[in-house]
Amino acid sequence: MANTDIIIHDEKDNVGVVVIEKITPNQDCNCWVMENDSSVQIQSKNEIPLGHKIAMIDFNEGDTIIKYGHDIGKVVKSIKKGEHVHVHNVKTKKW
Amino acid sequence: MEIPKSFLGYKRENKRVGTRNHVVILPVDDISNACAEAVANNIKGTFAIPHAYGRLQFGADLELFFDTMIGTGKNPNVAACVVIGIEPKWTKKIVDAIATTGKPVEGFSIEGAGDIETIMKASRKAQEFSQWASEKQREECPLSDLWISVKCGESDTTSGMAANPAVGNLMDKLEPLGVHLCFGETSELTGAEKVCATRGATPEASEKFMKTWSDYNDFILKEATNDLSESQPTAGNIAGGLTTIEEKAFGNFQKIGSRKFIDVLTPAEDPKNGPGLYFMDTSSAAGECLTLQAAAGFNIHLFPTGQGNIIGNAIEPVVKLTGNPSTAVNMKEHIDLDVSKILKREMNMDQAGDELIKTTIRAASGRLTCAEVLGHKEFIMTKLFRSA
Repeated sequence: MANTDIIIHDEKDNVGVVVIEKITPNQDCNCWVMENDSSVQIQSKNEIPLGHKIAMIDFNEGDTIIKYGHDIGKVVKSIKKGEHVHVHNVKTKKW
Repeated sequence: MEIPKSFLGYKRENKRVGTRNHVVILPVDDISNACAEAVANNIKGTFAIPHAYGRLQFGADLELFFDTMIGTGKNPNVAACVVIGIEPKWTKKIVDAIATTGKPVEGFSIEGAGDIETIMKASRKAQEFSQWASEKQREECPLSDLWISVKCGESDTTSGMAANPAVGNLMDKLEPLGVHLCFGETSELTGAEKVCATRGATPEASEKFMKTWSDYNDFILKEATNDLSESQPTAGNIAGGLTTIEEKAFGNFQKIGSRKFIDVLTPAEDPKNGPGLYFMDTSSAAGECLTLQAAAGFNIHLFPTGQGNIIGNAIEPVVKLTGNPSTAVNMKEHIDLDVSKILKREMNMDQAGDELIKTTIRAASGRLTCAEVLGHKEFIMTKLFRSA
């Protein structure tokens, strides 16, 4: 089994979480989808540290981030597939 | 794994079981801390639980104060208790309520006697209690005597992937054995509140949860003077990769596995509907949440952390686990169980749950937790509003 670089909780999720120390730009990463035990590949665009999220698709402003199969916030600055997803481009819908 | 059937605990007079055998010197109020600490210093095998309140509180805030103090004294991890307050009336109220458990308890008030005389009298009683408690032996007790509370802290994305679902796996395995379970953190379920409400075992439990959450959320929004995303998620959460309160909430929620909660408790309220999972209305600050859960009678605590929260509790042993491989190495002395192998797919959730059950039973049977060895005895009162 190839090493897992990124974990995706639910097959509906559009972000994954880095589970190695960090991924570097243009790295070909192995993603494990926990829910259905499948694997997908993605190429990173940024350096992303352990525990931080990577975009699995392109996002426009106003789009919704799905993790654990649920809405976890809105995109406030467009994000390309493979880019770092965090507080600089995503905000809560709650407060 | 076949789940062990028993652990070694201290059987108490009221049929509850303690995982610890503490002799506690409990100050009723802030100004009695010095006296309580002097007694604990005199008499080995005892310790004081100093705190900042207990004067001029009123209404619901005073009631919660009494529930917290009385619940702490009644907790089965406490073998015996000396209560010291400035005035006799509130001291007696706490002593009388603790005495309903049948455990040895005695109160002393300082007014009219002064610190030195009170320290002398209370020390003589504390000596008697300490020597009495030292003869108590652990006995084999069924797992249903475990009352397990849970709360996570300094969470990051590994919490939602590994440590929290490991706790959920333990809940799924232990609830059918008749264990009492409790989760809280009302404000940190924000974003997942509707999904959490569907986990009520009855429509009443679901409704009670939604009302509790809405009241807390209204209070937060009313008091907020700045952008709440500055404090929730916390700076530690954000450093760990958590972006929004919703993401944190869904990660948090993994702790209850696939269980349903049978009732919603007010802060420090003891469960009355028998074994099963309870939700308690608490702050998400670890010290406050654990103090309330311990006051409700829970006798062991599981604390998953991501970035490395170091919390302990005065009377409940706190078992810490992490799924973050860096925290497991860099903060090794705080971590009772490392489940970071889940991230490498070298451990599955079933195995992580089994490991956590073993670690929990060892701690319940007397193995000191990291927090205990490092001297963490946090006891933090939840204050509802200003004193008069």
